[in-house]
Order: sequence, then C-alpha cells, then structure tokens
Amino acid sequence: MTLLTVQNLRAYYRTRAYGISRTVRAVDGVSFDLFPNEIYGVAGESSCGKTTLIKVISANIKPPLKVLEGSVNYTFGERKVDMLHISQNELRRDVRWKEISYVMQGSMSVLNPVRKVIKTFQDIVDTHEHITNKKKFLEQTRAHINRLGLPTDVLNAYPHQLSGGMRQRIAIALATVFQPALIIADEPTTALDVVVQRGVLQMIKDIQAVSSNTVLLVTHDMAVHANVADRVMIMYAGRIAEEAPTESIFNSPLHPYTQHLIRSLPVIGDRSIKASLKGTPPNLADPPNGCRFHPRCPYVMDVCRTEVPDLVLVKERHRVACHLIKENSL
Amino acid sequence: MSANGKLLDIQHVTVEFHIGGLVGGTRLTAVNDVSFSLESDKPEIFTLAGESGSGKTTLSRLLLRDLEPTRGKVLFEGRDLSTIRKRSEFNQFIKKVQPVFQNPFETFSPLRRVEAYLFDTARNFGRSSNRRDAAKVVDDALRDVGLSLDEVRLRYPHELSGGQIQRVSVARALISKPRLILADEPVSMVDASLRMEIVNLFQKLRDEQNVSVIYITHDLATAYYISDRIGIMLRGYIVESGPVEDVLERPAHPYTQLLKESIPEPVPLKRASWAKHIALGTTEVKEYGRIGCKFAGRCPQVMDICREADPPDFQVGRQTVKCYLYSEHIEKNAAEVPS
Repeated sequence: MTLLTVQNLRAYYRTRAYGISRTVRAVDGVSFDLFPNEIYGVAGESSCGKTTLIKVISANIKPPLKVLEGSVNYTFGERKVDMLHISQNELRRDVRWKEISYVMQGSMSVLNPVRKVIKTFQDIVDTHEHITNKKKFLEQTRAHINRLGLPTDVLNAYPHQLSGGMRQRIAIALATVFQPALIIADEPTTALDVVVQRGVLQMIKDIQAVSSNTVLLVTHDMAVHANVADRVMIMYAGRIAEEAPTESIFNSPLHPYTQHLIRSLPVIGDRSIKASLKGTPPNLADPPNGCRFHPRCPYVMDVCRTEVPDLVLVKERHRVACHLIKENSL
Repeated sequence: MSANGKLLDIQHVTVEFHIGGLVGGTRLTAVNDVSFSLESDKPEIFTLAGESGSGKTTLSRLLLRDLEPTRGKVLFEGRDLSTIRKRSEFNQFIKKVQPVFQNPFETFSPLRRVEAYLFDTARNFGRSSNRRDAAKVVDDALRDVGLSLDEVRLRYPHELSGGQIQRVSVARALISKPRLILADEPVSMVDASLRMEIVNLFQKLRDEQNVSVIYITHDLATAYYISDRIGIMLRGYIVESGPVEDVLERPAHPYTQLLKESIPEPVPLKRASWAKHIALGTTEVKEYGRIGCKFAGRCPQVMDICREADPPDFQVGRQTVKCYLYSEHIEKNAAEVPS
C-alpha cells in the first residue's frame, strides 16, 4: 500500500518574454513511492529541483511552472486523489492541511508578526473547519500544544518574542493540527543552530512515531538524513540519482555524487583534507546531455555523455541511476 | 607592528543594547566581558561559534568598528579602535581588516558586474593608480582564490555559482592585502558540494599569505576542520575557548558538551545518542536577562551557585571554561577533563 505514487513526472518552468523563450527543466522524469508511516528524506543542493518537486506533489502549480507529463496519485485510506486533476475547491476543503501539510524554512514568515500565535491557530482552523465553539477550540489547541511538549504560554506571545527554535516548533504544531497523513518539511532546520535543530527534528520524529503518518523531509544536510530519515532520495539536476534505505545509502553509496556528498562531510575527530567536487551544478535551462552529472564525475565514460542512465533497482529497495552500476551490476 | 606582539587584542569588551520603548524597556547585554587576542607573528584561524542570538555578529561588528563597545577596548596592532576618528585613519585600518559576508548574492548588486567591485576596491585602497595596474592587482587576487580575471570578466553575480561568487568575495577582501579577514558564516549559503572549497581556501590563505581569519559560524564540523582555536559563545559570553581539538573532542562546559552531542553525525548507527531528548530555551530575551550563568536553566549539572552570580573563567587543561563545575577541580586535577 502506498500513500503517494509519483510516476515519470516532468515539471518545467516556461517563460517567454520579448520573443525569447526559456525552459528550466526543474523536475525531469522523477518516479517514486511514499509509504504510510515512514520518514522519507530528499537531499540535493540548491536548484536541483527539490522545491519544485514539493510544489507539484502538493498541487501548488502556478505559471510559469507547468507539468508536462506524469502522474501524482495519493491514497488517503479509502479515498484516491489525483493531485494533478483536482479542483481547487476540493483541494482546499479536503486535502490541504487535512491530509497534506507543509512546514516551511522561514518560520518568521509563516507567522503573522502582528497577531498572537493563538490567532494564527484560529485563522487556520477556521479556514478548514468553521469554528463554532470558541471554548472548545481553545481547549483543543492547548491540548495539541501540550501534546507536542510546548508550554501553553507561547500561544499568547507574538512571534518576535519567541526564539527561532520555538517559532519553528510552532510552525510544526500548526502543520499538525488536523493530524495529516503527509507532512512535508522543506529545510525545516536550515537556519537553526545544532542544538535547536536537534530539538526541532526530535519533535518531528516524535509526532511521526505517535501518529504514524509520513514525513517528507527535504534538507541538503546529509548528517540530518543519517539521523532522522528511514529512506533517502538523492536528487541531482532534476533527476533522482539514488534512492535507498538510510543505512544502505550511508554504508554503501553507489552513485559517485552520493559518494562525494557523504565522504566530503567534515566530522569531529577527523582532520583529513576534504575536497570539493570540481565544476558547478548544471544550469537547468541548458542541462548537459546524457547523465547530468557527467561533467563533474570522476569516473566519466563515453556512454555517460550521450545516454541518460535509467534508475535501476540494484538490491532490495536500493535504486541508482549510473552507467557504472548497470555494467557491472552487483 | 604593535608593541605587545598582538594583531588583535580584545580586552573585556561589553556591548549593551537598549530594547523596548523610549520609556522603560530593558537593557540587553549582547556581548559580555569578552576577551581574546590573536598573535601578530603567528597567523591562525579563530572560530567564534554559538547559536543564533549568542552575540557572534555583534562581536564582529565591533571588530570592524561598526559599533563601539559600551565598556572595554578593542586593540588592533596596538591601537584602540575608538581612537580612530579621521576618515584617513579608518581607511588605513580597514585596509588591514576585511570582511567576507554570509550571502554572496547580497554582497554584490545584481545590476553591476562583479569585476567592478574588484576594480573599485583596488582604486579606493590605492593599490593601483590606473586601470592596467588595477587589472594586474585584481587578477592576482583572483588567482589566489583559484579564479582568474578572464573567468569573471563581464559577468554579473547571477552568472556565477554560489561557490565562485563567494570566492570572488574573498578575492575582493584580499585586494587590500589584509592582515585579518572576518568571515561571518561564509559557507552557510554555499552548496554542499562546493562548501569545502571555500573552507580549504581560508586554510590556504593562512598558510601561504599569513592572513589570520576570524571564522564566525554555527557549523561546528567545519569549524573543527579548519580552525586552530575556537571560542564558544552563549548569550554574550565566551563560555569556553581553547585549541579546537581540545574544546570539541573533550568539551568541558556543559553547553559545549550539549553542542557537540547535537552535531548530527553522518553515521546512521549512531542515531540513538542523538535522539536523546533535550531542553530548549523558549525565548532569547529571558535567557539574556538571567542572573548568573545563562545556561543554568538548561544545564543538567546546575548547582545553586550558578543562579546567583556570573561564573568566572577557570583554566582546565588548555581550555578556558566559564563554569562553576571546575572551581574545585582546579587544584585537585588540573589536567583531567571530565567528558
């Protein structure tokens, strides 16, 4: 049983101005499944298509973003939802926040600076489920906040009075009011320091463990994935480079890009020289032919320059897109 | 060269801000009695680490003379920065202390070619009198960071990658031949695959050009990788400082221990220890206003005395630690650091 099935998804940004058209291939042929009750990590550097992927799977598609191909299908219990052909009304009434919620990077911009936190809760709950009994709403909100281990006095504070970590945890509390089936967390801890990051991620893990929903955790920090995710997907230039259970990907990374990402991480207690990859991430308006990683790959072969490698299953739940692996498959 | 052989000497510096309305409001001590120094003849990378709101950036503004300390002195090459009054004197000073900022895409105007900044810097600091000389100076600086003038000529910021443009930003800082570079979170906006090249660059500058670097960050893993000494900041205090191996491998202050424990390691097998639950501060202002040790509210080893008065500095091995835990340890076993 899957929660979400994404098949062969292509989503491009198309802009046309003064007769010049430009296509940015942000998501180019991505297929993956999400299962109930797991934490799925998505890693990749900036402009590799992570955010575009999230936009598409949460049906937040606005021009110039356009979905050219593929399907995004959810199964919420008995109900099936085709995310690419859903009406705005149905999306707002039944899906958004009820089944899929979103934790963003900048918690300061999520919360309204001139309204108390409780008012933001009220706004959100009122939008989705009309509040008829205010007392009951307050009780439920307090109970929800307590369940997450936050002090109830934060509800009467303004966002600027709270620390960055507390604001981020409130953003998570907001995203979980309706116990959604899927929580999408887009770089939830990037601007935070390590101690706060740990607290926030622990909270996400706890929520997941208690309500057995699915968390899609997007961050470029591989060390976070190692500690939080059950499965990890590595994206490079709009495509999936590798996808595997966390242990598998850290113990035996197969794609050269994944290998670099894991080996270049500085670790306390090890002062050996770590190198950067040569070259820069490709421009998605004009991506390289063949494997998009080939200009930076240390093991590049002729076939990499012309043929796009398929994402092949090499062992249990471990998929990788690399010509090296296809030839001498494990 | 200064009389006492110190490149930078920070003596008991305190910065207070007034927060709240005109009437009432409270005082917030953003930097509290901070002292450290960099030697003049031995270039090094000194890291200031700490969580957001710990006073790192306020301290860096002090060093650039963007802010004057409420109390205490900042000496650069023996000269008190608060005695710099004339524009020409400031120019002489800023030539030797150059900043590198966090977000390279905000450092440079998107409407201006990046080389224009480099040429301007060369002109303004008197490194060249005409354009041809300037091109040479600019090219040399770019070569030091692994680029060349041909690569960046006629380019706008958006045409360079994050790693490249941050290197241009470092090259700009190098044009005036500084003695000290102040890098405020220089890699946090740079892609993971390019991050190490910036970090390695600072090491190269230290070894080949004798430039000292003050590296301000909350990323302890890269701090460990490049720096020689480290100061851990908490709510305005430097709570622990010393050689980076000692501080991060055998942290003495409970806060540093918590920090070290919280760095996620890229090893899935070690998840269990990281998943242990921790207490977080609710509001920053509350912790700033606390009497005594600022960490007392979250410290697992808190004692009564911690809530009464500010802990003084104790010497533990090669580390300086602001924590009462070490007040009696000091005579008994100075060398032993409990882990």
